[in-house]
Amino acid sequence: MIGSPLPRLDGTAKVTGTARYAFEHRVADPAYAYPLQATVARGHITAINTSAAQAVDGVLAVITHENAPHLASTEDAELAVLQSTEIAFRGQVIGAVVADTSETARHAAGLVEVSYDPSPHDAVFTPDRDDLYTPDTVNPSFPTDTSQGDVESALKQSPVVVDHVYTTPMTHNNPLEPHTTVACWHDDQLTLYDSTQGVHSTRQSLAKALGLAPERIRVIAPHVGGGFGSKGQAHAHLVLAAMAAQAMPGRAVKLALTRQQMFSLVGYRTPTVQHVRLGAGPDGRLTAISMDVVEQTSRIKEFAEQTAIPARHMYAAPNRRTTHRLAALDVPVPSWMRAPGECPGMFGPEVAMDELANACGMDPVDLRVLNEPDVDPESGKPFSSRNLVACLREGAARFGWADREHAPRTRREHGWWVGTGVAASTYPVHVKPGSSATVRFQPDGRYRIEIGATDIGTGTWTALTQIAADALSVRVDAIDLRIGDTDLPPATVAGGSSGINSWGSAVVDAARAFRDKFGTGPNPGDEAQGTTPGNSAGERFAMRAFGAQFAEVRVHAATGEIRVPRLLGVFAVGRIINPRTARSQFLGGMTMGMSMALHEQSVLDERFGHVVNHDLAEYHIAANADVAGIEAHWVDETDPHVNPLGTKGIGEIGIVGTAAAIANAAHHATGIRVRDLPLTADKFLADARR
Amino acid sequence: MDAEITLHVDGTARHVTVDARTTLLDALRERLGVMAPKKGCDHGQCGSCTVLLNDRRVITCLVLAVAHDGARIVTAEGLAQDDHLHPVQQAFIDHDGFQCGYCTPGQICSAVGMLKEAEAGWPSAVSDLAAAEVRLSPAEIRERMSGNLCRCGAYAGIVAAIQQAAR
Repeated sequence: MIGSPLPRLDGTAKVTGTARYAFEHRVADPAYAYPLQATVARGHITAINTSAAQAVDGVLAVITHENAPHLASTEDAELAVLQSTEIAFRGQVIGAVVADTSETARHAAGLVEVSYDPSPHDAVFTPDRDDLYTPDTVNPSFPTDTSQGDVESALKQSPVVVDHVYTTPMTHNNPLEPHTTVACWHDDQLTLYDSTQGVHSTRQSLAKALGLAPERIRVIAPHVGGGFGSKGQAHAHLVLAAMAAQAMPGRAVKLALTRQQMFSLVGYRTPTVQHVRLGAGPDGRLTAISMDVVEQTSRIKEFAEQTAIPARHMYAAPNRRTTHRLAALDVPVPSWMRAPGECPGMFGPEVAMDELANACGMDPVDLRVLNEPDVDPESGKPFSSRNLVACLREGAARFGWADREHAPRTRREHGWWVGTGVAASTYPVHVKPGSSATVRFQPDGRYRIEIGATDIGTGTWTALTQIAADALSVRVDAIDLRIGDTDLPPATVAGGSSGINSWGSAVVDAARAFRDKFGTGPNPGDEAQGTTPGNSAGERFAMRAFGAQFAEVRVHAATGEIRVPRLLGVFAVGRIINPRTARSQFLGGMTMGMSMALHEQSVLDERFGHVVNHDLAEYHIAANADVAGIEAHWVDETDPHVNPLGTKGIGEIGIVGTAAAIANAAHHATGIRVRDLPLTADKFLADARR
Repeated sequence: MDAEITLHVDGTARHVTVDARTTLLDALRERLGVMAPKKGCDHGQCGSCTVLLNDRRVITCLVLAVAHDGARIVTAEGLAQDDHLHPVQQAFIDHDGFQCGYCTPGQICSAVGMLKEAEAGWPSAVSDLAAAEVRLSPAEIRERMSGNLCRCGAYAGIVAAIQQAAR
């Protein structure tokens, strides 16, 4: 069962459109809430006139700071909704109109008159600000700065030095399903159908804000239309929906953010400025690795993306340094976006490695193999498994790397410069403690598996069923899996590629307990529990997944248009539960990485503090025509240390390194080194004019 | 201002009162409980709400319901008949042409409409205009399906699925 390419068990529901996402759960006679948002970036509300809105036929309530319930906790400033007149960023929630229909709610929202006393705001992100600060830790709890040896002396003495600044822009997660909630208060019980990556974590956050016992809140999410981190934590609209429902006891209230609202309210990836310095001998052997990162956070709530983390683990060098500095601005709150840290943090260093290969006259695959460390450079611990070299070699063979011309700007076909590039990928192995699972034998002869996990498109329904069937030694159709509900045993959030590692281990534990207790001939009603076991191997080993990405790029000589006809990734990620859904995870990550390379950039208007390209016509993501040849492979890897299943997590590594591989290929094609994402046509033309 | 209209949805006549501002998408989802068409952007930019409206693929968030009294609508739910999936739907499962599934009903309706357009000889921006008929190469499929965004990045599976269904 484990390792078989079982088609998705929720496939029929999804292709017929009958899988229920949050907003689609049937509730009788719902009301609709439409959020009001601040139109200044900083200041205070001096007056808010709701009379015209309230006069509209069908309007049930207008909620503002003047009549909103008092929250029990405002510790999380992002969730401290409607608790004061203060505005901390443009687009902040300042109220909601609740009405019988969505059309009425939205119309009436436009009639609410808000007066502000604006304060000067600051939304200018630059790396040379004089007020950058050092966060205590970076997400979630890594040291902010690290240092080994003497980087400055080593760089001075290195025969070859690469010293450049690389940047990645502000980007937005943009799952296709917007953030939506259906909330209903009934007999002092709050039920939420929510689009979330974690039902229990969502409940916990809301319980704290509202001052409720968690048992009084139920969160249900059987299907989630993507999240990519933006549904990993509760955001302001969730509190707003709960408040709106509180104003309508017994009546369900539906709240859907618009695509435009998502650009202010559900997190995003900070822009990053990465000063990367590599020192090496003429043979390419690294003597020094230095990475200094500047990024932004919001003034009201810190999020410090761990962008320099991968540089701590990738390559051997005796002298090393990493730092993170933040600019606190009057901007929306940044948060997790697919592979926080690793995704942006493998752009600068992996392009720098390509530059080093050029400087040394070396093949970039050989350069990486040469600098492969014996142990984790950061901790000195051995890796539980590390197969980057195998990924590079297999990828090179599959891609046809050996035929590559060494020199850039040598191949031109029908007006297009053609080149190829490579970059490495890595992602840490996370197993989160705190998940439980129940196995119960049913009268129908099937085994009910219960765990409050979520399927955000990753294939949880299918993979956990396979894991349970394997652990109980039964067929998959003898498993009746239930997920996505806080009435089920608690489970950790679907984030950090930790889902299967954590939930799967709990299911295996429960299945073993069940068989120990009841053997193979159980009676209906027999049940056993299991939890995600602790793992002390992390004290002895560094645990990471690795990969290698290869890209072919064409850049039009006259227009600068850039295309990616081929992408190929090879990954070493431990055991694969389901090759069919795993391949989709890798391809999906690589496609999002290509999207990052070619298109994605949220343009913040510093004068007003908002993202101007706040929809899918102007914030471009990869479309079907952007993706041509794309392949994902993996090497066999057995790692007994990571967890009982031997899995390392696969949801994020596919996006890591893709943009660097494409940028490196673009350089090979054109001879033009673009160090600032995205790789838009103007950057190739501007350089050509110089 | 309200209006009473009739929509023939997946083979059933449905009478519904709609606000003049109600989009066809909201009429289907919020008034009739037909949830197969999805709301991804509400601006005609993502394609998640695609249905077949009088046999042609249409983005329902850009259409006002009141202007389509009497229209025949087929959603992804209606493409499956008597528990038999439409060949395009089966092909999407076979090739894992989705992950989260949110864009999927729109992708599938769009694919069904697109296959008819190609069969009728309608060219796309990448078609060979000298050719007698449209040959559905991967490049043709990608071009014709680029109005349907997939954030999970299942495009490779989507193209393979449509190639299978087109055979």
